[in-house]
Amino acid sequence: MSDMNAEETGSAGAGAGEGGTTAGLLAEMLRNSRLAAFSLAVIIFIIAASFAAPLYMPYDPNKPSLSERFAPPSASHWAGCDDLGRDQFTRLVYGARISIMIGLVPTSLSIILGTALGLVSGFAGGRTDFFIMRLADVVLAFPSLLLAMVVSYTLGGGVTSIFAALAFVGWAATARVIRAQTMSLKEKEFVESARSVGVRESVIMLRHILPNCIPNIIVLFTLNIPEAILNESALSFLGVGASPPSASWGLMVYRYKTYLMSYPWLAAAPGAAILIFVLAFNFLGDGVRDTLDPYMKD
Amino acid sequence: MSARPRLLEADHLVMEFGARGVMREKQTVQAVSGVSFYIDEGETLALVGESGCGKSTVGRLALRLLEPTGGSVRFEGTDLGSLSPSELRAIRRKMQIIFQDPYASLDPRMKVYSIIAEPLVTHRVYGAKRETEARVRELMSRVGLGPEQIDRYPHQFSGGQRQRIGIARALALNPKLVVCDEPVSALDVSIQAQILNLLSDLQEELGLTYLFISHDLGVVRHISDRICVMFLGRLCETGPTEDIFRTPLHPYTKFLLEAVPKPDPHLRKEKKALLAGEMPSPVNPPPGCRFHTRCPESGDICAQVTPEMRSFGARQAACHFIR
Repeated sequence: MSDMNAEETGSAGAGAGEGGTTAGLLAEMLRNSRLAAFSLAVIIFIIAASFAAPLYMPYDPNKPSLSERFAPPSASHWAGCDDLGRDQFTRLVYGARISIMIGLVPTSLSIILGTALGLVSGFAGGRTDFFIMRLADVVLAFPSLLLAMVVSYTLGGGVTSIFAALAFVGWAATARVIRAQTMSLKEKEFVESARSVGVRESVIMLRHILPNCIPNIIVLFTLNIPEAILNESALSFLGVGASPPSASWGLMVYRYKTYLMSYPWLAAAPGAAILIFVLAFNFLGDGVRDTLDPYMKD
Repeated sequence: MSARPRLLEADHLVMEFGARGVMREKQTVQAVSGVSFYIDEGETLALVGESGCGKSTVGRLALRLLEPTGGSVRFEGTDLGSLSPSELRAIRRKMQIIFQDPYASLDPRMKVYSIIAEPLVTHRVYGAKRETEARVRELMSRVGLGPEQIDRYPHQFSGGQRQRIGIARALALNPKLVVCDEPVSALDVSIQAQILNLLSDLQEELGLTYLFISHDLGVVRHISDRICVMFLGRLCETGPTEDIFRTPLHPYTKFLLEAVPKPDPHLRKEKKALLAGEMPSPVNPPPGCRFHTRCPESGDICAQVTPEMRSFGARQAACHFIR
């Protein structure tokens, strides 16, 4: 696969989309789907709000205040206070940083890795396919959380090692799906047609097979984001993820589920945040998929 | 006709596919068993036969889209089997294929421009994109597509229009040989005529050579100079089109001609001779002449000895009983 020609792939490969540019694609999507546009706005708002938090938030997310333990939601504490009297809404806004990064970075990594390996595996077949798929079997054979813990421990903990751990656990399922799609696509006549014209095998893979896998990739991506966020919470809970006192949505759900009966707002707030974020990504994914789908352009 | 230089020569092509059933031993499908033919520059050779007789496989072997189990193909004197992958890619400029199914042969995620431009981009025919686009527009108008359709996707076209896109793509590199793999059998009859006329106009204009694969003798009669009749992986009879239509030699050819529907009811016979029995399986073809299990004229020798191709004037046929 080393002989691929980037320029050749680029020029005729950008078949889908408006003129092939990202900006054109985005404009087209915003025009086509209000829901996707709204979801994109929500996502941008959440990300901007969390990273700009120190500029406008009146409270310190990690400073305990014993007099306000379990304070119910009020005008001064919108989402109440937790078991240490920290403002829940502040922690929610700050916690978004880690959760969003955990949701996006390892998912993207595992999708890229899984797509690349799945494509090569399905297209090359034979020994390459056998080797990659047995590797995937090994990864899938372990409970994903356990494997992620091992990887995360080995790399020394912290956010970066969680990225690596979740990416390592996530690629196998993606590779399976993309491999299956590749195997069915490579038998299509348009692939033979490209071959008859004299197109290189590696270029066929990138120009004809990969673009036809895009719907699968987007669906996998939107499905994996909530999983990654929840996995992160489990890892944090087990002590290998984000460590207290720093906040993350998953960690908050885990931590406050103890108080679900007495102070339900504590777990409900981060739960709702995860829900909104994941939904927004699903709607956005739908919009992107429809925009890239040539059949929608009648 | 013999003054024309030979363009392609296939010699004893054999193609076997491995077929593995569930819980069964490995079997081989003998799709093509020793097929030889030649095509001269500028002529149209038709390859006819029923579904599953291996004619599409022969077309792909001729272009070396499949690697034959045995035999060789020479194109302009070059043995395609001796070429390296990059040499083979280079020689593909001169030989193209038009596919049967215009719905499966165009990448659904590419616009018409990208589809037709792909051969030009692949072989770096033009330096500037402007030149490539000019050539694409020229090809589109040549095959009867409007310039405004350049930014559309294949699914926005009808079957006939899609086949025109496929033809434009095949012609982009000015090939010498075009394999037409049942190019009209997926289309309506009215559209078939349009596409066939387009193909013969193009041949005249550009001096193309066609290997025209079809199961429809009515279509073949109008477009071909010579015919090869195929049955179950072997050739039965080859010869000039008119000779074969006037006096078919091989019993199978006779049945094929008999089966062509006649538009005028008064010309229809009371009764048609029909072939008895089922088509033999290419996994386990009958010994000797492969047609003998269904042939009304067969004798003892047919089941034992494979008939060789013998010449009868301008024609060749493989049958023990032709005098």
